Amino acid sequence: MAYSDKVMDHYENPRNVGSFDTDESDVGTGMVGAPACGDVMRLQIKVGPEGVIEDACFKTYGCGSAIASSSLVTEWIKGRTLEDALTLKNAEIAEELALPPVKIHCSVLAEDAIKAAVEDYRAKQGTPAAASAA
Amino acid sequence: MTSVAQSPIYLDYAATTPVDPRVAEKMIPHLTSSFGNPASRSHAYGWQAEAAVETARAQVAELVGADPREIIWTSGATESDNLAIKGAAHFHRAKGNHLITLATEHKAVLDTMRELEREGFQVTYLKPQPNGLLDLETFKAALRPETILASIMLVNNEIGVIQDIAALGAVCRERGILFHVDAAQAPGKVAIDLSTLPVDLMSFSAHKTYGPQGIGALYVRRRPRVHLAPLIHGGGHERGLRSGTLPTHQIVGMGEAYRLAGELMVEENARVRALRDRFLAGIADMEEVYLNGDLEQRVPHNLNVSFNFVEGESLMMAVKELAVSSGSACTSASLEPSHVLRALGRSDELAHSSLRITLGRYTTAQDIDFAVALLKDKVARLRALSPLWDMHLQGIDLNTVQWAAAAH
Repeated sequence: MAYSDKVMDHYENPRNVGSFDTDESDVGTGMVGAPACGDVMRLQIKVGPEGVIEDACFKTYGCGSAIASSSLVTEWIKGRTLEDALTLKNAEIAEELALPPVKIHCSVLAEDAIKAAVEDYRAKQGTPAAASAA
Repeated sequence: MTSVAQSPIYLDYAATTPVDPRVAEKMIPHLTSSFGNPASRSHAYGWQAEAAVETARAQVAELVGADPREIIWTSGATESDNLAIKGAAHFHRAKGNHLITLATEHKAVLDTMRELEREGFQVTYLKPQPNGLLDLETFKAALRPETILASIMLVNNEIGVIQDIAALGAVCRERGILFHVDAAQAPGKVAIDLSTLPVDLMSFSAHKTYGPQGIGALYVRRRPRVHLAPLIHGGGHERGLRSGTLPTHQIVGMGEAYRLAGELMVEENARVRALRDRFLAGIADMEEVYLNGDLEQRVPHNLNVSFNFVEGESLMMAVKELAVSSGSACTSASLEPSHVLRALGRSDELAHSSLRITLGRYTTAQDIDFAVALLKDKVARLRALSPLWDMHLQGIDLNTVQWAAAAH
């Protein structure tokens, strides 16, 4: 399988690999996928008092496209508000990385990971997700 | 040669082998000067070609302890499997409608069985033990009065384990059940003597044994005689079992490849075993590495190893200097881990994390050392990226985790 240069770049030099303490109140953790499917993504965000994502990191078990998709979104969501981050669509990730059709699910997983991380952060804050999503 | 210098190290001999230069040399004249059709009875071109085909038939028969008249040329082991299984099932339909095979067989056998099921036959797919070997009692228990054929492979293509076909065949012989063996991966690695083995049908391929692609053979026992219904009809070649002009150059190549295999087998197995052991010693200090399939009842050429918590496709990408294959079919749309590893009862993570590394005639100690060093480095790098490795280090049992699998 031929990978795009951008996938290769993120795969060879993944950005923001790491972990935050899941117990910290300003950290949101999203873990999506399953070993049975061959992909597990863990995306973490550190959110400032203004609701801006100050830092993000990831670890991914999966193919090169899954690693690249998660690496890319850590770059993209940093500096964005939670609401803004939630508008990120998998199609943008797939387009940026030139993912072939069989790898589209990797970008879907990355979008899901953002949602899960935001949801986790909001649950910790006690913010009703429905109110802020409206 | 720059192209060779840039090529990855070939460690995928179970997929195909290069043609041995000694084999290629024998083939070439049959493409240009001795190009006759072996079925041409009226001139010297045909006679020469026929003589070359019969020499090759004797060479193949010699390696496996058969009579040359028991060797039928086919296009490869897939066709041989189809001819043996469908041919026997169709011919013996009146006797019974049940067949038996193993869940870890090659797709050439499994998909042929599925096709027979669509035609109304019943098929039992036996599960091997966790080491990949078929238990004799399990096999016996599956036999029915209406069973007409059992098909069990000699050497597994993914995990290299060797089934006890002598014992399985004896049970079949006792009950009057035809026994087919897919031996595509075996010649030159395992000694085969069909003059003593209770096997009725055996499939062979040239390109797994340093011969050309596109040629194979089916052994069809003469005493007691095995009857098959042909799949391909035409000029009545190969005793009516497989019509079609014989590809003389391919056949000559298979003959020479099998002759060489017989000559080199003992020495080559010892050399490959030493390389295999060197590889295993090299990775012995790595954590969470699992060999798939039995280590003893196995050809030394095959290593199927799971590097836990690392996904197979990303590992293949990381070791692109090596030409190996993955037990995970993630590159296809299916995302299904190997049916063989699943049948062994391996967890999905382990099945997804496997590499098949197969050694052969041209593998060197330097190749092995390079592969070991590269794998160690890349596995460590990918584990540093893996949330599953993190969880493992924290002592979390992955089987207890509720996975939020997305909609796929």
